[in-house]
Amino acid sequence: MAEKEVKLMKGNEVIAHAAIRYGCDGYFGYPITPQSEVMETLMELKPWETTGMVVLQAESEVASINMVYGGAATGKRVMTSSSSPGVSLMSEGLSYLAGAELPCVVVNCQRGGPGLGTIQPSQGDYFQACKGGAHGDFHLIVLAPNSVQEMHDFVGLAFDLAFKYRNPAMILADGAIGQMMEKVVLAPQRARKTNEEIAEECKSWAIYGKPESRERNVVTSLELQSEVMEKINLRLQAKYKAMEDNEVRYEAIECDDAEYVIVAFGSSARICSATVEMARAEGIKLGLLRPITLYPFPKNPIRELAERGVKGFLSAELNAGQMVEDVRMAVNGMAPVEHYGRQGGMMFSPDEVLMALKEKLINKK
Amino acid sequence: MKETVIIAGFGGQGVLTMGKILAYSGVMQDFEVTWMPSYGPEMRGGTANVTVVLSDKPISSPIAHEFDVAVVLNQQSMEKFEAMVKPGGVLIYDTNGITRHPVRTDISVYTIDATAECARMGQAKLFNTMILGGYLKVRPVVKMENVMEGLKHTLPERAWKMLPQNEEAIHHGGEIIKQIR
Repeated sequence: MAEKEVKLMKGNEVIAHAAIRYGCDGYFGYPITPQSEVMETLMELKPWETTGMVVLQAESEVASINMVYGGAATGKRVMTSSSSPGVSLMSEGLSYLAGAELPCVVVNCQRGGPGLGTIQPSQGDYFQACKGGAHGDFHLIVLAPNSVQEMHDFVGLAFDLAFKYRNPAMILADGAIGQMMEKVVLAPQRARKTNEEIAEECKSWAIYGKPESRERNVVTSLELQSEVMEKINLRLQAKYKAMEDNEVRYEAIECDDAEYVIVAFGSSARICSATVEMARAEGIKLGLLRPITLYPFPKNPIRELAERGVKGFLSAELNAGQMVEDVRMAVNGMAPVEHYGRQGGMMFSPDEVLMALKEKLINKK
Repeated sequence: MKETVIIAGFGGQGVLTMGKILAYSGVMQDFEVTWMPSYGPEMRGGTANVTVVLSDKPISSPIAHEFDVAVVLNQQSMEKFEAMVKPGGVLIYDTNGITRHPVRTDISVYTIDATAECARMGQAKLFNTMILGGYLKVRPVVKMENVMEGLKHTLPERAWKMLPQNEEAIHHGGEIIKQIR
């Protein structure tokens, strides 16, 4: 195994390695616990000396996201990372990026809120990430990694999806996934796109210097004529529909014969997979459905489980009940859907979730 | 094989590094591993802990609320983690600064006076590898050759000249650990 590049790394460190290896052109960020290791690692790795990637500590999160806007407008692969309060500062920028249809990657390593809250893991930003989180009708593509390996892999996936749909993509992690170390296999170094490749691939929209051969490109989210703005909105909605049709990703664990199903993402899903092991050992037919894309949400797989006769769903989240609304919509009254959560940076244990499942669903008549 | 260990003490004792050496040793032995540190207010207030899981199967939860082994290096950690050792599990502690000794009778209890031993040797930096040696004597979950590889991967290259002393400290830790219950 020494030949394969297996490393032991923190989720945050791996984001930095993955950014370089997937050919990122620029990272703009501002430190905040629990994700500061992303920029610290980039500064240690000095990619500007190897791949030419820019790493810049901005004066604030507001500046970071607008630097991302500027970089993305030129067709470059750019990203930022932060944690919950910092992501709130970025929300105006995210709406502008979505409105101007610019691709970028944003990592949110969530901590307990609201406000400054705690620095411990939380999933309290599900609504913010998946329901827009800023003004206007828009969606981010939202990926929820549950391991250090997925933190790595999703950087590549997020860039691919962001460019495929010209839309910001968010990796919605949390303090646990960011701070934890696990084994990871790093991807081979992918070359950064050359200016010629960018000019070829992004010529219909990016601004990298106008050649004689084409009309000018305009990057903006402003359109004062309502008739035109409505058309833009309809085009955006068609794009979101295409994402919903083509990009749903999820993992189903022991769902085939399940009588009860936990729905959980990210670090919660790791804990709940231990709940499934415990329940199965007791003879309870429990499964776990783990959404990998939180937007687009895997509503059809959940609906199909309900149609097949699953007796109840438990949405286990590190918040007061956010994703549970999407689970309820997918189940659409066919079975009871309950929520179990901890808040403010507290994490539940596998047996705590099992107790909640029994209390709220199995033993409830 | 699945081993869930908590190592807990003061910041500066090398608690997180000891966990990382153990986790990297597990990687070298082809185990699945997780290393989950405290990074919150407790760390800023001086105490630090890390949960390491080693397993020959994929690890579901990296977060644990009960442990096969607790390695306790200060009084605060004794108060918090003695109760969280699984029945039949192991508690290892350095008696230095411990004012209330463990009371449970359903677990095995070991002491390792590594603080005193390192002070006697004038080698405070070897504290955490000495403790690791004590742990490995009681729970030989990884082979010594893999521990040395794990140590090499954890220490920065400039500290590799300290590898022989650390190896010696690991062996010495195995010699000075004592079972008291």
